[in-house]
Amino acid sequence: MPELTYVEALNEALHEEMARDEKVFLMGEDVAFDYFGVCSGLADRFGRDRVRDTPICELGFTGAGVGAAMAGFRPIVDLRFMDFTTYALDPIVNQAAKLRYMLGGQLSVPMVARIPSGAGLQYGATHGQSLEAWFMQVPGLKVLYPSCAPDAKGLLKTAVRDDNPVMFIEHRLLYAQKTKQAVPEGDHTTPIGVADVKRAGADATIVGIGYQMGHCLEAAEALAGEGIECEVIDPRSLSPLDVETITASVRKTSRCVIVEEGHLRSGVGAEISAAIQEAVFEYLDAPIGRVAALMAPIPVQTKLEKFVLPSTEKVIAAVRKTLGVSA
Amino acid sequence: MARATSRLTRKRMHEMYRAMLRIRRFEETADDFYMAGKVVGGVHVSIGQEACSAGVCAALREDDAVLTTHRGHGHSIAKGTRLPEMLAELMGKVTGLCRSKGGSMHIADVSKGHYGAHSIVGANMPMAAGIGLAYQLEGKGQVAVVFFGDGASNNGAFHEAMNLCAIWKLPVVFFCENNQYAVSVPAEYSTSVDDISVRSKGYDAPGLTVDGMDVAAVYEASQEAVAHARRGLGPSLIEAKTYRFFGHSRGDPHYGMYRTKEEWEGWKERDPLIVCEKMLKMTAKQKKAHAEAVEAEIKEAIEFAENSPEPEESVALEDIFA
Repeated sequence: MPELTYVEALNEALHEEMARDEKVFLMGEDVAFDYFGVCSGLADRFGRDRVRDTPICELGFTGAGVGAAMAGFRPIVDLRFMDFTTYALDPIVNQAAKLRYMLGGQLSVPMVARIPSGAGLQYGATHGQSLEAWFMQVPGLKVLYPSCAPDAKGLLKTAVRDDNPVMFIEHRLLYAQKTKQAVPEGDHTTPIGVADVKRAGADATIVGIGYQMGHCLEAAEALAGEGIECEVIDPRSLSPLDVETITASVRKTSRCVIVEEGHLRSGVGAEISAAIQEAVFEYLDAPIGRVAALMAPIPVQTKLEKFVLPSTEKVIAAVRKTLGVSA
Repeated sequence: MARATSRLTRKRMHEMYRAMLRIRRFEETADDFYMAGKVVGGVHVSIGQEACSAGVCAALREDDAVLTTHRGHGHSIAKGTRLPEMLAELMGKVTGLCRSKGGSMHIADVSKGHYGAHSIVGANMPMAAGIGLAYQLEGKGQVAVVFFGDGASNNGAFHEAMNLCAIWKLPVVFFCENNQYAVSVPAEYSTSVDDISVRSKGYDAPGLTVDGMDVAAVYEASQEAVAHARRGLGPSLIEAKTYRFFGHSRGDPHYGMYRTKEEWEGWKERDPLIVCEKMLKMTAKQKKAHAEAVEAEIKEAIEFAENSPEPEESVALEDIFA
């Protein structure tokens, strides 16, 4: 099996889906010359009609994506930074998510919004947010967030083929990773709404969202050295959410920590925590722990940014706390 | 302001008159039903603006698209939307076009090229650009028309969509019904230009202001803009000066709050139905024939809608995902 980076896996998915279905096209700011590398080679191969640079108008081109999807195409809009989705919230939240419903099923909106997110690069409060919890609140949207190369390829291919609007969240620090992982060639699709157990263990469950999966796996590795075996679960799909896989793990471990990069209040962790206690309250031996961004805008200064964001150390501390052990 | 110049066929004029009368009678019925408590949700009638709907849609093919607004009954009807299912939608019946989940502000009949009333002011314009993009990529010569008001022309969505359509030469016609007020705020206060069509210059696109009470003038301007779009030359902006004879919604009267009686009466003299009757020198017999035909359609719609059932509660959880 070939080994690919996260960026290469996304790129391969785009190449394959655009070759498979001529109704698929891509548009956004700087997609023809994509300095992130995700869109490499697409403009040369498929032409500027299907790999379409847009002016800087997130409302305009996201709305145009909704319209093209209404008319039978499968647009992929590239929002570049999750922070820029604030300009595109009307077409995403009021239109894409609700048109099928408001029109009584007369049409659907098969649009993928690719949304690079996240902090860690000292870009600050308006270029480093993780707003995935916002989109989980909206009926009619699917929200995916792959943490590794094989899921990136498999989920993006599935998203493009889905007949509904999909928020496809990526992370810029995953773009920067040079490590390669085995990614199945060709028609590798990953189902939506199915979580993946990234590491098995019986002492505590760690649910990690997107880029934070790396910190979760590092924490699990470190804790294993102390004899604490963590089960690490990647939901991959935040909406719909695979509650079954998470609660099955909590039944086994009785302890759970949820790790996300978005802000703590009303975050992904709050939703997952509620779902766990509703389903398996009697199995819990300790309060569910949450590791998330502190309730501050993301600062630029490296030390301050690190203070606000989750880290491997914070995950380790949270797991120890839920187990009632000290370092 | 452009007025009708060339000779339209009398047949075409009669068709447009019929469409205007159909809109007028449907909306009068909707308003009566609203007052009688038979309508679920709000209703914004376009009475007074019928020439815009009829004139534009007469210039379209069946496979062209329209997108409209919260005040969209007229555009819907002119594009061929089925009256019984539309009235049923207003009345919260499961046989409605949107299965009772859209209501007056989200009427759509996609089978007729009606891609929806969109109640967020301005939101339909980027979507129209996207439908235009789809049409350009498919190359079947289809055109999308987006209706909006003077208020929406001040929204960023208008400007972003105009620019996208202009740079990509998309087959989209922007049709602005300047009915002088965004709810209560006058266009002369809220808008930087006297003629909104002037804004097309910022996008190097043709712009024209027409008499929105004259269906022939609207039709001719629309034909030209649609032909321009079909030839691959990109968007146009038409502004029709018009007036709604009713309030914004049921919350405000015809006049007396933000509009004067004198202003209202001045526009009322230019009722698009009367203007058209005069142009056609319509006989009493012809008028009667139009009225009877429309009454039969309205009666059929009422019977269908009133005899239709309400939805089961389970319908609330359907049509969320494909």
